[in-house]
Amino acid sequence: MSTARYCIGIDLGTTHCALAYIDSQEGDGDTIVDAILPIPQLTAPGEVMDRPLLPSFLYLPHPEEFRPVDLTLPWPSDPSRIAGELARAQGSTTPIRLVSSAKSWLCHPDLDRRAAFLPEGAPDEVTKISPFAASVQYLSHLREAWNVAHPQEPLEAQEVTVTVPASFDPAARELTAEAARAIGIANLVLLEEPQAALYSWVNDSHGDWRTQARVGDIILVVDVGGGTTDLSLIAVTEEEGALELTRIAVGDHILLGGDNMDLTLAHLVRTKLKADGVELDRWQFQALTFGCRQAKETLLGDADLKSVPVVVPSRGSRLIGGSIRTELTQEEVTTTLVEGFFPEVAANARPMTRARSALTQVSLPYAQDPAVTRHLAAFLARQAGATEDLNGFAQPAAGASFLHPTAILFNGGVFKPAVLQERVMRIINAWLTAEQAPPARLLDARDLDLAVARGAAFYVHARHHGGVRIRGGTSHAYYVGIEAAAPAIPGLDPELHALCLVPFGLEEGSEPVSPPQEFGLVVGELVRFRFFSSNVRRDEQVGELLADWPADELAELEEIQTELPAEGRKRGEVVPVRLQAQVSEVGTLELTAIPIAGGAQRWKVAFNTRGTGAG
Amino acid sequence: MPDPQSSLAQRLGAAARSFVKWLVIAAKWTGRMLRHLGIALLVFGRALYDPAFARAFNRGFDPASPQGETGARPPAAPAPLPLKPVPAAPLATLDKAPPDSALLLLGLFQKEARLVDFLQQDVADYSDQQVGAAARVVHQGLRRVLEDHVTIAPVRTEPEGGRVTLPAGFDPGEVRISGQLVGEPPFRGTLVHGGWRATDLHLPKVVSGRDLGILAPAEVEL
Repeated sequence: MSTARYCIGIDLGTTHCALAYIDSQEGDGDTIVDAILPIPQLTAPGEVMDRPLLPSFLYLPHPEEFRPVDLTLPWPSDPSRIAGELARAQGSTTPIRLVSSAKSWLCHPDLDRRAAFLPEGAPDEVTKISPFAASVQYLSHLREAWNVAHPQEPLEAQEVTVTVPASFDPAARELTAEAARAIGIANLVLLEEPQAALYSWVNDSHGDWRTQARVGDIILVVDVGGGTTDLSLIAVTEEEGALELTRIAVGDHILLGGDNMDLTLAHLVRTKLKADGVELDRWQFQALTFGCRQAKETLLGDADLKSVPVVVPSRGSRLIGGSIRTELTQEEVTTTLVEGFFPEVAANARPMTRARSALTQVSLPYAQDPAVTRHLAAFLARQAGATEDLNGFAQPAAGASFLHPTAILFNGGVFKPAVLQERVMRIINAWLTAEQAPPARLLDARDLDLAVARGAAFYVHARHHGGVRIRGGTSHAYYVGIEAAAPAIPGLDPELHALCLVPFGLEEGSEPVSPPQEFGLVVGELVRFRFFSSNVRRDEQVGELLADWPADELAELEEIQTELPAEGRKRGEVVPVRLQAQVSEVGTLELTAIPIAGGAQRWKVAFNTRGTGAG
Repeated sequence: MPDPQSSLAQRLGAAARSFVKWLVIAAKWTGRMLRHLGIALLVFGRALYDPAFARAFNRGFDPASPQGETGARPPAAPAPLPLKPVPAAPLATLDKAPPDSALLLLGLFQKEARLVDFLQQDVADYSDQQVGAAARVVHQGLRRVLEDHVTIAPVRTEPEGGRVTLPAGFDPGEVRISGQLVGEPPFRGTLVHGGWRATDLHLPKVVSGRDLGILAPAEVEL
């Protein structure tokens, strides 16, 4: 039992952050009341306003840009960094000083995520910051907002859950946990966002979920946020007569979200205006994007509307006559947005990829195919066998080409227009019908923007005060690469074997696992291992050695590395060790090297978050 | 028998004179009203965000009135206005008035809805289509300000045009009665306008020393 009064859920999103909390002294049984913390933030120079969401943007102002006093917050703050609404607004006209999508950079495999390189491409005189530091900045803004509102119950002393995309790799999870610790959070757990959305649904049902969900159900969570698409499958199982939830699969990290959709519409309208000889500057384009988002929601909300006017206000004070009026038509929204992002495809459709040119600049690996439904089809097909080992599940029907979900939960602001939810439902149900499976049900989500934070708060509460838990463990199996002992052949790389280090579904807090193989570590030298993951190989046991595997089943992550300190040993001496893996209570993967000779010494094997080749 | 034509001319002349007379009166009224409007806006704005001020105003400006128990006053709140009847204050002193929430609200109207830009232009010079396009910006923006900063609810929820009954002791501040105004309540009548009530106002907190007179800063792009 914990003594903390509040259970806090933090949604550290790509485009927005939110904090929800549950007062453990209120509510009981199936009635658990959560609340959203109003987050004070600068909305204009010298103006502070409470908002439920903190836009995840950081603006690094020029020293002459604002009077320092105009950047005052209700707590002592650093005037060289502005977070939230003002940051986003300033950044629309001065993008060279704006840090955005820090979270996507946080899981970028090819970069040192602690290196200060954001804003990307900013001139040298702008003091840059790292994706990690930006995350710390957002978290500390939330901490201060909480502590100003609850001076007797500081955030550091509460039970806190921070959410991460289900597709985050171990290194990005580790960095998120470290960012939370950096602001002083001691009692921390990480939770996958689609799971948080499902927890929120469970809490909103006030216990009724047990009648809405049945043993054998497979719930597909489709979470399309501002910047990322996150997919998860959660099965409803039975354990000693009680319903249980088990997360059985997560999707790949797909950088595709609502912002892409609004931007696409804005580009379309801009092209239309250009044809009429009207050019827009950056400020106007921003205003156009905003106008298109509103127009889109109006049009998607009313199929009978033919078009909605969009007005780009003049930049100067001559509003009348200087503003540009155009319109967004129902047809444009349908062809560009609905057909572009949610096309009606068959279940065997796959996202299109094109080879990236070798000389690509390091940038965010945005999804190449904008079609959410194609990513969905690929995910379900890939996970066709996800329920094979699960108790109470019928074997997948013969000829099933993909995993058949029985219920669907939507999350993320993109799905606010009900018509998009209906469309995705219709497409998936068409796939199901084609394989003679019953149609999936729609689970009713209440709050698409705040569900993740609210579900995270509910999760902490359930952990400490009893309640439904989603089991799952690691969403991937992890492997280290070992070069096979074989005579060297010029021109050929030595054959690579993959040793299973962490099995699929290793649960947090469970006993550590360790493959029997020995490794020789050289004292005083940095030793690196190639590191792989798989989100489909569920049956691998610890210590199993793979000589070959289908190319799409294992994905290479960054190297992991360790260094044995030279104290008490000769430099260059080889120490035989075993690798050991454990999932901490926090939810991060911990790898250690243990000397076979015995002794209490342990060496941490670190995820190489400093980028390949560095360090 | 009077000449019908001259009689018509006389009548037209009289009508014109009386029209001009009314015009002058109307102009005087307008001038006075405009001056009052400034004061009214100031008081209205202040009363909107400062519950203590609103109550004091209701009680006849009791300067000793306690602060609002909501405690929602921004830390950077300007020095309180002199709590005495203000109608005598000439328009010119408005410029020197301490920053207050009326200016803040006007600043928000400009930032989100370009209201000052809109009103500073002469609509006569533009086509209805141009005015209409600009009006969309103003309308969308003002709506946003209202949604973000003011919680508004109708005073009476009955459908307009329907019959309503006002019991004895109804609040004349909430319901304005007119027409065949005789007898004792309960009054029965037609709801002509449902009224609006701001149930909550959440204006930004403002840094002290911020010049709220700057409704919109000049913009220079480098």
